[in-house]
Amino acid sequence: MTTEHPFYELIQALVADTIRSTAGFQGELVLCATIVLILISRIPRFAARIDAFWLTLVGSAAALYLAGPWNEIAQPSELFTGLLVYDSFTVYFRTLLFFFLVLFTIFTRISGIPDRDAGPDVYSLVLGATLGMCIMASANQMLMVFLGVEMASVPCYALAGILKGRRTSSEAALKYAVYGAGAAGIMLYGISLLAGVLGSVHMPTMAVRLAELLQPANIEQHIGADTYMVLALGGMMVMVGIAFKLSAVPFHFWCPDVFEGASAEVNAFLSVASKAAALALLARVAIGFGYIPQTISAEPPAAAINAPAEQTEATSVPIKLVSQTTEQAGAATGTFDRDDQIAALAPVREFIWKLVAFLAIITCTFGNLAAYGQTNIKRLLAYSTIAQAGYMMMPVPAAMVLAGHDPVAAREALAAMAFYAGVYVFMNLGAFAIVALLRNQIHSEEIADYAGLIRRAPVTTICFAIILISLIGLPPLAGFAGKLLIFYSLVQAKLWTVLVIAGLNTAISLYYYLRVVKVMTIDPEPEQVRAAEINFIPGTYIVAITVPVVLLGLAWNQLNELTLAASAHLF
Amino acid sequence: MESSYVTLLSLIVFLPAAGALVLAFFPRDKGDAMKTFTLVVTAAVFVLTLIMLLPGKGDWQFQVGVSDMQKTFSLPWIESFNIYYFMGTDGISFPLIVLTAFVSMLSMAASWPITKYVRAYCILFLLLETGMLGVFLALDFFLFYVFWEVMLLPMYFLIGVWGGPRREYAAIKFFLYTLLGSVFMLIAILMLYFASDLKLLSDEQLAAAYVVDTSLSPEQQTAQIAELRAHAGPIHTFNILALQQIGQHTDAFDGEILWGKSLQWWAFLLLLVGFVIKVPSVPVHTWLPDAHVEAPTPISMILAGVLLKMGGYGIIRICYPICPDAGYDLAYFVCALGVVSMVYGAFAALAQKDFKRLVAYSSVSHMGYVVLGIGVWSAVAGNEFNADAWKLGMNGAMFQMIAHGISSPGMFFLVGVIYDRVHHRNLDQFGGLFAKMPLYAGLSIGIFFAGLGLPGLCGFIGEVFVTLSVWNFSPGLAVVSASVVIITAAYILWTLQRVYLGPEYKGPHPEALTPMTPREILIAAPLLALAIVFGVYPQAIFNYLTPSVDQTVNELATWTKDGKAPRIESEATAALPAPAAIVAQQ
Repeated sequence: MTTEHPFYELIQALVADTIRSTAGFQGELVLCATIVLILISRIPRFAARIDAFWLTLVGSAAALYLAGPWNEIAQPSELFTGLLVYDSFTVYFRTLLFFFLVLFTIFTRISGIPDRDAGPDVYSLVLGATLGMCIMASANQMLMVFLGVEMASVPCYALAGILKGRRTSSEAALKYAVYGAGAAGIMLYGISLLAGVLGSVHMPTMAVRLAELLQPANIEQHIGADTYMVLALGGMMVMVGIAFKLSAVPFHFWCPDVFEGASAEVNAFLSVASKAAALALLARVAIGFGYIPQTISAEPPAAAINAPAEQTEATSVPIKLVSQTTEQAGAATGTFDRDDQIAALAPVREFIWKLVAFLAIITCTFGNLAAYGQTNIKRLLAYSTIAQAGYMMMPVPAAMVLAGHDPVAAREALAAMAFYAGVYVFMNLGAFAIVALLRNQIHSEEIADYAGLIRRAPVTTICFAIILISLIGLPPLAGFAGKLLIFYSLVQAKLWTVLVIAGLNTAISLYYYLRVVKVMTIDPEPEQVRAAEINFIPGTYIVAITVPVVLLGLAWNQLNELTLAASAHLF
Repeated sequence: MESSYVTLLSLIVFLPAAGALVLAFFPRDKGDAMKTFTLVVTAAVFVLTLIMLLPGKGDWQFQVGVSDMQKTFSLPWIESFNIYYFMGTDGISFPLIVLTAFVSMLSMAASWPITKYVRAYCILFLLLETGMLGVFLALDFFLFYVFWEVMLLPMYFLIGVWGGPRREYAAIKFFLYTLLGSVFMLIAILMLYFASDLKLLSDEQLAAAYVVDTSLSPEQQTAQIAELRAHAGPIHTFNILALQQIGQHTDAFDGEILWGKSLQWWAFLLLLVGFVIKVPSVPVHTWLPDAHVEAPTPISMILAGVLLKMGGYGIIRICYPICPDAGYDLAYFVCALGVVSMVYGAFAALAQKDFKRLVAYSSVSHMGYVVLGIGVWSAVAGNEFNADAWKLGMNGAMFQMIAHGISSPGMFFLVGVIYDRVHHRNLDQFGGLFAKMPLYAGLSIGIFFAGLGLPGLCGFIGEVFVTLSVWNFSPGLAVVSASVVIITAAYILWTLQRVYLGPEYKGPHPEALTPMTPREILIAAPLLALAIVFGVYPQAIFNYLTPSVDQTVNELATWTKDGKAPRIESEATAALPAPAAIVAQQ
């Protein structure tokens, strides 16, 4: 390649990097194309007959197909000049999101919300939100963190209000939007503080700067001590944004109201996809600041091997734009290598684990206690979602404690989180699917109206019972395997307080989950009842969602190995 | 041979579950057919255990006099977490398995009066039986825990749907208590798993824990061990036998974790809480009277006959052998729990007006003997290491479990018989049943005497053994535990007097006092017969029990002698200034 004007070279390199990066971004691109297609298909008369459902289904299935590959990612790499990171953790969560999207699309068809007119709106919003969630799961840069959160949130605000003309639905949407805007503003402020002090928005670079700031020599001489407060404040503000997405206490207030007002379909989407993405983001940010990952290679992802060889070569330049700083930083301080940096970040990890552990504990406990008094099933499940978010956050502090001295165990901790997120797809989608399908039959979402349901809809009731019991975490169901792995990560990190509180919470949660089961099975039927017979296709769908909950409880070796592979590059 | 054991033990455990599956396809209105089918399934399981029980040298027969695990097999289940489908039985678990199968069969026979939702009842009953049998056969801690929890849900529904007026309260109380206990147990399991490392064990110990496939040739076994040793990093395990070896022969569990206490101290305590809730001991016994009173008769029989035994079994199989150090330090605590339960249960029984509640409290009292007998850590007699007294205590505790597993289902069944007729259990409104139902009264008096611990009946042996063994450990506790017998005699005799003796029955529904039906006789008579047989010839049980119990005790005594005693001595000398130093100062 002949040397050209530096500007031309830069452009050329950027083009090459973009082409290379798109290979690792195919799933998201398919979603974008699907959204455009759905929107355009409304305009010509002949295309108006195409149901948006089919477009969405095909689009999400294609995205799922392209989300792989699994075993071929030897080394993690950065996409789009370091905006996103492409590793097996990205692939896992992306696959999970697309897989959920497929299941969710089928579910909306069965439950009948949205109807045909609202279909294009709803599906394009859902796809757009999923796109944002994918970015959350692979964010490598603070701006992408913010962009991902916003891209995932804004469509959700609209989704919450999708039941037009219903007061509660509009109220939910407004509440959600106002709360979300506030949280996003705080988060953005936090990002600006962090970026201001550390001089970058690229997380690995920020971590290196942070390590330099905190290296023993500087601490002894109190160099940079005046910035600690700003950093801590910035960190907490960023956490506010993530906690909002996770519906962690005390940023959970929107959750029960939104869940009660929005339709069960939207709830399923919010409680599963949104939560999984927020968890991945939490892990990304925690690792991003608390740990120095192994040098991210500039090698293209395996899928991009077909790209022209010349362009691949040229990628070294823009990558340098980013990773240069890392190298320089290393060179400037002489022997201050990766191990020293990781050691220097110990206070950051301590800050993160204490913050997240505290949030996890109160989220879990509050969610479980508040669920006691609920009479509306959607509100109850909203609090259950909050409590479950608490459990799912717990591996992050464990990983932060372990990262410094036992990377293998730290990986296992985040694998536990990924595992729980995986089984959570089935548990919560199943729960909300049953709530939605029952609503279509008995036109009620009050727990009291489920009385004696087992006499009218035995299969549905048994499936619901299995899902609720799995949410408690009793063997031999999938929820137990997830909880076992999470608890084990806490044991490894020796976080005894968190462990005991998590254990007690399991016992507390028994009561309200079982109360629903009790109402459905033990309580007598009321005098006048509506038929609750679930038809063949919805029934099959419910069973199909419930069967994995049982199977993953009996044989969870495969999923466990999958999640271990997913977290293999993190530490 | 291993494959044949897989078949045998899996059949025993999962035959009921398979039966539950078949029941789902029965036509809705065939209630009696479902009950018959369920009875046949439980009987088939009992026959399988009988095949093991009967003497003989066949492959499936239980080898009497062998102290090690028998019929073991181990198949990989969840390899990425070192979980195995590992089962086997020895003298400690085998009698309990036979008891479980037997009591399940009888209580299914006692379930004929159930007419509400028969299909669901039978399915839950069979799932419960699978869980119970699995607990006694599992040798993988994870598997054990899964079975332990699998029982909870069927039990909840069996009490909650088919129980008495306050059934929902009783059911949730039972569930909450047990779940709380099992959450603690889960934490302990994970702690032990985390601290365990198979590489610490010698080749022989690995073979003894069946980590190595013993059916392979010696070369293959060596290769397997070499492969194990070559593994980078620790190899954690859920294998109960391996955990026992690690607990007794290495210091893997001695690390200090919290408030100056070692990992095994905490693990022991957490496990003990889980098991003691099941036993149940005072002060965590309060679920039991409620659950018993509200549960339908057959479920009370299962509860008293089998479920309570799981606590004792857990303590004897898991707590002590895996965490001996903590067991040694907490011996007094455990014994005190036992004695307090005995005394409290007996006094509480004395105060009851409800017939069934009285029997329930008698269970609390009788299970106290089990905890006491297991807890008596008297490996040191004088200055000698002599574990005879402890062996006596542990054998007595095991015998007491079997004896109580026969007498208390009998008592609950007999209470159920009278309740089915007159629909009340108020002790003050009975009387004169001897005249109206002579056979019933005769069987009752026999079985209640067995519960009382009358010499010649099964209750006597366990109580005497335990009480005798305590003398060596603590005479004070022995005096208390011996005097409990008097209170026991008081409440049982007083009960017999109020219910069966007296001139005439004055309560409601006197016309319903009809003689026992043949079905009822067929359930009660075998229980009384066994109570007499085991009382006269206790060797019938001890033959199975003693080798394994003695081995457990011997191992712990060896541990006390070689591991604990020198440590105590060195700590004692460290606490005092060395004599040489004192001399030097002077």
